[in-house]
Amino acid sequence: MEKNNMNKKKNINSHSILLLITVGLFILLYAAGYFMYGFGANAKGFEKLQNFLDIFRTNAALICIACGMTCVMLTGGIDISVGSLVAMDCMILSVGMENSGISPTLLVPFVLLIGIVFGAVQGYLIGYLGIQPFIVTMAGMFFARGMTAMICTDQVNITVDNWFKQVAGIKVYMPFELGAVVNKRGVKMVPYVNIPVIIALVVVVLVFLMLRYTRTGRSMYAVGGNQQSAALMGLNTKRTKMITYILSSFLCSIGGVLYCMNTMCGTTTQALGLEMKAISSAVIGGTLLTGGVGNVFGSFVGVLINGTINSLVSFNGELTRLGGTVPNVVSAFLLFVFIMLQAVFAKLRERKQ
Amino acid sequence: MSNEVILSMRGICMTFPGVKALSNVDFTLRSGEIHALMGENGAGKSTLIKCLTGVNDFEKGEIFMGPEMRPIRNHSTLEAQKNGIATVYQEVNLCPNLSVAENLFIGREPLTKFGTINHKAMLNRARELMKKLDIQVDVTQALENYSIALQQMIAIARAVDMESKVLILDEPTSSLDDNEVEKLFKMMRALRDEGIGIIFVTHFLEQVYAVCDRITVLRNGQLVGEYEISDLPRLKLVAAMMGKDFDDLQSIKSKEDEAVSEEVLIDAKGLSHVRKIKPFDLDIHKGEVIGLTGLLGSGRSELARCIYGADKAQTGTLKVKGKETKINAPIDAMRLGMGLLPDDRKAEGIVEDLSVRENIMLAMQSLAGVVKRIPMEKQMEITKKFIDLLDIKTPSTETLVKQLSGGNQQKVIIARWLATNPDFLILDEPTRGIDVGTKTEIQKLVVDLAHQGKSVIFISSEIEEMLRTCNRLAVLRDGEKVGELTEDLSQESVMKVIAGGERS
Repeated sequence: MEKNNMNKKKNINSHSILLLITVGLFILLYAAGYFMYGFGANAKGFEKLQNFLDIFRTNAALICIACGMTCVMLTGGIDISVGSLVAMDCMILSVGMENSGISPTLLVPFVLLIGIVFGAVQGYLIGYLGIQPFIVTMAGMFFARGMTAMICTDQVNITVDNWFKQVAGIKVYMPFELGAVVNKRGVKMVPYVNIPVIIALVVVVLVFLMLRYTRTGRSMYAVGGNQQSAALMGLNTKRTKMITYILSSFLCSIGGVLYCMNTMCGTTTQALGLEMKAISSAVIGGTLLTGGVGNVFGSFVGVLINGTINSLVSFNGELTRLGGTVPNVVSAFLLFVFIMLQAVFAKLRERKQ
Repeated sequence: MSNEVILSMRGICMTFPGVKALSNVDFTLRSGEIHALMGENGAGKSTLIKCLTGVNDFEKGEIFMGPEMRPIRNHSTLEAQKNGIATVYQEVNLCPNLSVAENLFIGREPLTKFGTINHKAMLNRARELMKKLDIQVDVTQALENYSIALQQMIAIARAVDMESKVLILDEPTSSLDDNEVEKLFKMMRALRDEGIGIIFVTHFLEQVYAVCDRITVLRNGQLVGEYEISDLPRLKLVAAMMGKDFDDLQSIKSKEDEAVSEEVLIDAKGLSHVRKIKPFDLDIHKGEVIGLTGLLGSGRSELARCIYGADKAQTGTLKVKGKETKINAPIDAMRLGMGLLPDDRKAEGIVEDLSVRENIMLAMQSLAGVVKRIPMEKQMEITKKFIDLLDIKTPSTETLVKQLSGGNQQKVIIARWLATNPDFLILDEPTRGIDVGTKTEIQKLVVDLAHQGKSVIFISSEIEEMLRTCNRLAVLRDGEKVGELTEDLSQESVMKVIAGGERS
């Protein structure tokens, strides 16, 4: 056991250190929230397990998207089309179910297929024609957002009762009534998550395994590390890139379905700036914009950090009362502090070595 | 070892637009030998290697592999690899972010029965391989944690493990220190004894004699010859690489030049720049032309750039006109009255899309500062003066420089510096790629400048040219100033010092 530990310590390289720092800071951040809004007289509910699980619930889609974004960033690319693609997916689902009465059994696979085709086009342009990922996915972003408005300019709420709505409503309670509390009326409340959370967690695990145990996954790291070398070592870098963008758009479409399950509507302004949240989550989680370094677990933690910051802001009554963009400014400030601390710790660690 | 021929290139021809890069070159490699491919820059070494590995498509010629002389023609490095030809470059072509083991096996990882990567088997095989080749690394660590030397060894290990028969090492030692070079040589010898044929491209003469069995020399895209190492002493090798084309120009230097002023203009002590130039001392008198000679890549340009501040000197002191100064950037050097004409005219000298006038005014303007614009009248006056003085052939002062010939472009840059009225000029290969007539003009100009009391560092690959223009020669070898020659300046004596090793 002790020997095992020793080995593990040795294996930690400079890249995983950034992730460890991030996880540590996340725990600190959450603890800070706990003392501010969940302790003694201040108790407002932050201390409840349900609050923690709510971060997962509101960000299930983002978790999926961040996984795809991580893969893209590992190859040294970027995909800014994801937010718009989510909006388009939601609109297709909403209009399809509500206005055209199409069964979700057809619509959901259709949306996923759109994701694959969308990613294949972007991936072909980037991988085989060598166009800048930023430009290609920016075109994709405008296209998807435009298509959303072309399908329908109004907000469409899903009211029809079908399995889609039912699945969205399923509560998955914690086993053994973990973290259960009794509320003022004497009803026992067991913390729960919903199906999107489960799907998102499965995606994280699958992408993690894909990146670690498949040749495609390792090729993504190699391409991001040094594309020319990867090609010289016999890897098909063009195909790797194309697959990566297909994966990103596909995961984004899964995210789109989950997003729709949460919001139960489609609007043209939906998921605005979601791509930036995905990118920032990946970066916070230790993925380098230059490529080659990072993993999905880090991005997952990154999403949780973003979620916790939002949660902290919403618990502050005064900020909420001010409304408007004030909470955004505070979130941005907290994010800034977080990234700075991360950088400081990483530097300190470097100096020690 | 059987020493059978494993690679044979016959009659390779290759043309780049306007240049015959290779003409009718033969090359033979036997198993179990380390074969040096020598030649100055531009001799066609890299082109020949690229023809072999499929990077360049040659026009004529054949390549045969193996004792059975199987004809091959590679269209990509991958294809070359499949044919058993692997290349390790100076800048290591591996992925720095991946672990050593992954770098060894990526693309051909051992798989489990589910088709996923078997990390455990991969690590074990990597450890075995490292042990076999006596490379001490932790295969789980990222490649970037190791020195360039180790990375290169790992790259070689990958090539060896892929059952390459021919291993090309293209300038592998350029960024290694002596200790690391020795380790690399040990590995090369071990591989040779296993029957692998190694092509070693380098410009370090000493290393060739330390490790190679045979030498093939190229010059100007042509085969000079293939020699056993014992048949080709250094001096002959240098002669073979440089060729002995004496041109029939007479000395333009009159005897009276020999008397140089006693006043020391530049006094450098122990200047150096890591990996580029080892510490050197150099003093330059007023009105002196000092030549820097040595093979290409021996540190000639680097020494000059170090004085000028283009590469900031990391150690040592520099006195200009007796006063100790610190040059952090070229502008400091310019203020002290220096000028540098760089060897890469296209990249560092002219600004193609500016006119002749604008190019000439550049240095003056930057000395004057960005704000103080030099009046157009004065600009025209200066430009016209130098067009006449240097006989620059241009339709007008406003012609774009890229429309001029190479020789006239060079004159424009010289005019740029002369306009600042410098005390000290560094001319790095001012006559390269220039027709003979202009060459002589520039040489005369250098001698004239010295007469006017200006000091010049003159760098050229042509020894004859240096002998005609310089009062004194400093000789460089492998990034180090190895000597100075003042008397008995002859091609023979200079080449002897360049070759080194055979000190009398």
